[in-house]
Amino acid sequence: MPASLAASPIRRREGFPAATLPATIFLVLALLPTVTWITGGSYLISVGSRVMIFAIAAVALDLLVGYAALISFGHAAFIGLGAYAVGILSAYGFTDALVSLPVALAVSAAYAFLTGLVCLRTKGVYFIMITLAFGQMAFFTASSLAPFGGDDGLTIAARNTFAGFPVLRNERVFYYIVFFCLLGTYLFCRALVASRFGRVVRGAKENPIRVSTLGFDVYRFQLATYVIAGALAGLSGFLLANAAEFVSPAYMSWQRSGELIVMVLLGGLGSLDGAVIGAAVYLLTEEWLSAFTENWKVIFGPVLVLIVLFARGGLLGLTSALARRITRA
Amino acid sequence: MSTSLLVVQILNGLQLGVLLFLIAAGLTLVFGVMDFINLAHGVQYMLGAYFAVAFYALTGSFLAALVLALAATLAFGLLLELIVFRHLYDRDHLDHVIATFGIILFLNHGVKLVWGAAPLSLPMPELFSGSVQLADGLLYPVWRLVVIATGLAIATLLYVLVAHTRTGMLVRAGATNAAMVSALGVNIRRLFTIVFGFGAMLAGFAGIMIAPILSVEPGMGDTVLILALVVIVIGGIGSIRGAFLAAVLIGIVDTLGRSFSVDILRLAMGPSAARTVGPAVASMLIYLLMAVVLYIRPAGLFPAKGR
Repeated sequence: MPASLAASPIRRREGFPAATLPATIFLVLALLPTVTWITGGSYLISVGSRVMIFAIAAVALDLLVGYAALISFGHAAFIGLGAYAVGILSAYGFTDALVSLPVALAVSAAYAFLTGLVCLRTKGVYFIMITLAFGQMAFFTASSLAPFGGDDGLTIAARNTFAGFPVLRNERVFYYIVFFCLLGTYLFCRALVASRFGRVVRGAKENPIRVSTLGFDVYRFQLATYVIAGALAGLSGFLLANAAEFVSPAYMSWQRSGELIVMVLLGGLGSLDGAVIGAAVYLLTEEWLSAFTENWKVIFGPVLVLIVLFARGGLLGLTSALARRITRA
Repeated sequence: MSTSLLVVQILNGLQLGVLLFLIAAGLTLVFGVMDFINLAHGVQYMLGAYFAVAFYALTGSFLAALVLALAATLAFGLLLELIVFRHLYDRDHLDHVIATFGIILFLNHGVKLVWGAAPLSLPMPELFSGSVQLADGLLYPVWRLVVIATGLAIATLLYVLVAHTRTGMLVRAGATNAAMVSALGVNIRRLFTIVFGFGAMLAGFAGIMIAPILSVEPGMGDTVLILALVVIVIGGIGSIRGAFLAAVLIGIVDTLGRSFSVDILRLAMGPSAARTVGPAVASMLIYLLMAVVLYIRPAGLFPAKGR
């Protein structure tokens, strides 16, 4: 067994079946709106939607970073492209999701395909740098789109309709739409990773030369993965634009791409569950710390450094290590 | 477009180029020798500018501020290396990215807490504050010429250091094959600390020199960092010569693109369409350039790794 599979903290969990963690996560997310029935207010629902929207992008990024070892530092660009598709279409009067969702997916997939053609020719550090640069390219292009708000961003008059019905405009319904998008993304990625396609991609992560000797064109498999991850991030962008009713170049900033990597790493790489947990932990920490100080990143930055130095394997790795220690004692 | 405007913009491009080179030089050597991705290199540039403003307020002399700020950025870079980076060399690139990203978040917001979020400025030294007449009706600020001259001087100095000294030879050897250099009995860790400190100081120097022209504000290092990354990727990681040529190329292409893209596009489309598309094209230009270079040569123009 390759060393990195053996070291994977997720597969080593003892006592519980593997589906326990994701089942718990999705059960909690599904039941969250009922809590607000009791407490009242829509704050929890909007935070929950936001968490799940970023979780979709984080799961997609985990597909690249965790399973294909393609460290994309420009993932936020695809979110931004999906969001801008919604914004620009609604500026021209196309406000139905049946138009804007396919366009959002197609635009982000197309950008992933075109940039992927170049990016995937490079390896390692070069790949990180070039994805970062393409992310910045999208960012600066959006900033200079003066007719669509430029730096200031673009306000969307109203959320998209779906086949003419304003279903997205009800917060609770919107929450469940986002929920099913996340669930669908998760199950799709889970199936993809387990499929023959996924095994080739994972194999190429361990040893690309060996996989290509077996007759697989690694470049094509990685390109397909890159396009899928880009399109899923576009889905996240579509939802984000509808949630905020606003799009801005800030969605594509390289700090945002960095934050997405942090989410994936925080939860634990290459498990998909970790990406969802990481997105939740990151955004809730942001929510919590920014209540104390506007400059909450002064606290968060050093925490990141400490996590990298001392908690390899993210939160999932940390908890399973703790669990092992307790069961052994 | 008139010739004098073209000359001015080429000089501006050259100035941006040497500035980028000062930052990229340290970055490319650190990458090359230790295979370490230091995204926090941009904040050294920012800190250089902030330190210069702070020391200027204390001493009232630009020269004193320059010297003190250089010493401070050097000390700060070495401190970061000692506390954090030293423990990360054996890790993979993802860990480098996240840890240095954390440092960027900390310092970008840290300077806000210390110096406030409002932009600061550093007064230009009296001696160089005027303009000089390059040709009839062509005035150019002296300070920008000083930046270009010092930048070129440092590039020459670096060339001599890297190409003609023993330490430079070890640095080049380290960029080609660090494990082999280490096996030959060279203390590669100490070599790296030297390279790292020197690189941090150069980035700080760039920040100090640009502070009289730009406003000193939190996050000023981020944009420059990305440009410097583009430079070292085009130039080939680990190559000083590549970094210099790519920096000047990027500086000139970016500056000329921004000033002339609207005029050039107006030849092909209507004036209002050109005004809309022009800025977008101009800001994409260097990234397209990078994409083309990497498509043809995936390891940059002058890759240092001997493979």
